[in-house]
Amino acid sequence: MAAPMSAYPLHIQGVTRSFPGQGKAGPTLALQPTDLTVAPGEFVAILGPSGCGKSTLLRIVAGLDRPSGGTVRLGAREVTGPGPDRGMVFQSYTLFPWLTVADNIRYGLVERGVPAAEQREILARFLARTGLQGFENHWPRQLSGGMQQRTALARALANDPEILLLDEPFGALDHQTRELMQELLLEIWQEGDGSGVAGGRKTVLFVTHDIDEAIFLANRVVVMSARPGRIKAEVEVALPYPREWMVKTTPEFAALKARLMGEIREEVRRAATG
Amino acid sequence: MRPLQPVGAGARIVLGALFFALFIGVWAAVTYGGVVPALFLASPGRALASGWALLAEYGFAFDIGVTVWRVVGGFLLAALVAVPLGLLMGAFKPVEAFFEPFFSFARYLPASAFIPLLILWLGVGEAQKLAVIVIGSVFQLVIMVAAIAGGTRRDLVEAAYTLGSRPLSILRRVVIPAAAPQVAEALRLVLGWAWTYVIVAELVGASSGIGHMIMDSQRLLDTGQMIFGIVTIGVIGLVTDLLFKAVNRWLFPWAVL
Repeated sequence: MAAPMSAYPLHIQGVTRSFPGQGKAGPTLALQPTDLTVAPGEFVAILGPSGCGKSTLLRIVAGLDRPSGGTVRLGAREVTGPGPDRGMVFQSYTLFPWLTVADNIRYGLVERGVPAAEQREILARFLARTGLQGFENHWPRQLSGGMQQRTALARALANDPEILLLDEPFGALDHQTRELMQELLLEIWQEGDGSGVAGGRKTVLFVTHDIDEAIFLANRVVVMSARPGRIKAEVEVALPYPREWMVKTTPEFAALKARLMGEIREEVRRAATG
Repeated sequence: MRPLQPVGAGARIVLGALFFALFIGVWAAVTYGGVVPALFLASPGRALASGWALLAEYGFAFDIGVTVWRVVGGFLLAALVAVPLGLLMGAFKPVEAFFEPFFSFARYLPASAFIPLLILWLGVGEAQKLAVIVIGSVFQLVIMVAAIAGGTRRDLVEAAYTLGSRPLSILRRVVIPAAAPQVAEALRLVLGWAWTYVIVAELVGASSGIGHMIMDSQRLLDTGQMIFGIVTIGVIGLVTDLLFKAVNRWLFPWAVL
């Protein structure tokens, strides 16, 4: 990622979330007490049916939502609100429409008061890395969905966060674009800080409902149950990095997929009937 | 014709001009045809001739200048108060809770009903004219700007937070730029209303301005002058509206207005 590696583990301890009820209905429990620890440099995918509380969990880690109970710590610091140490890419297109691609990428750098020369250097690096050269002066509305999400990824990475939070970032893209974006993200992550060792990578927490996407990207897949969400299974993805798209055709991939499909189908059915 | 199907640029201009022609045609027919006596409605030619006389002999250009100055002055004063306050109300809910109920009440107070009071307080000078326009537009504008700022996309605010923005920079770098194009559109609307208020203010206790001229013409039963005055306001309104639109497009190229 040509940026300093992540150094601090993420600790999610006993995090719950309930939403106040409407009218006479009691509060709705969205998230049962959840524990999860993510080591520095890990790529963890949170997989679950829609409405299972996986996005809620990610938003709590980001500090955009407050847990009803439990704590989130990044290293020794407890998360009490959003901050630039936890960069995020959303499913919806959240580029600032009044800023060009370049100014969107520089947003966090301007906020931190990074010197102009350094801003230019970082901008050039991430424009190149995400294949956006030539588009730096475009307005977001002139870009395709895939390019908007590439810009959003560059914007989050340029800020050099300790951990990258991705909330179904490719969920609104068509299938082919989604696969290209997965490969781009994986390439950037696998590069790490250029030191060539596995530890030189950023910590990533990736929420998705796409089984293939989870296996292809993550070194660990956390499966969540239907609402109220809880972690029902954790599956190590023992496929070695660096991975390429061909890995999706291997028997190991198929075996993992079969296992995760079994876990997920049960939850999807419960969510649909329940 | 199919529903919602766009019309070409050329056809749009032709159709728009056609209605103007039709309007003037009917006007000419009823006046020159003697359907309506000249005492009540001057013919198009008579209105134009009266207008020429007004401009050439009675210094009507000065009246136009005075009225434009009042509109712009009152409008700018109202905008200077309403835009910052509306942005603060939209962004910070306690500020909104403090002002909103009163302003929602105040915007229904008819500005023209204040004219007698304002004459008592401020006399018949420029301050009174400006005050009518400010009272007529400031409350409406505050409420509109607050609603625009309050409607800032939450996901953009959240994205800014995850990039390290603090509350004040959320206001400066997200809420204000996001609201700017719609606020400019609201200003364009309010400028139109300011034209209504200024004429009302000039109909009472004024010694200059387009409204004053229209009142004078009524005494002389010169419907040609009255019509020319009204049309002048319409033309100025149309031109400023087009200018305002062009400026907004130039200022906010990123937005689809």
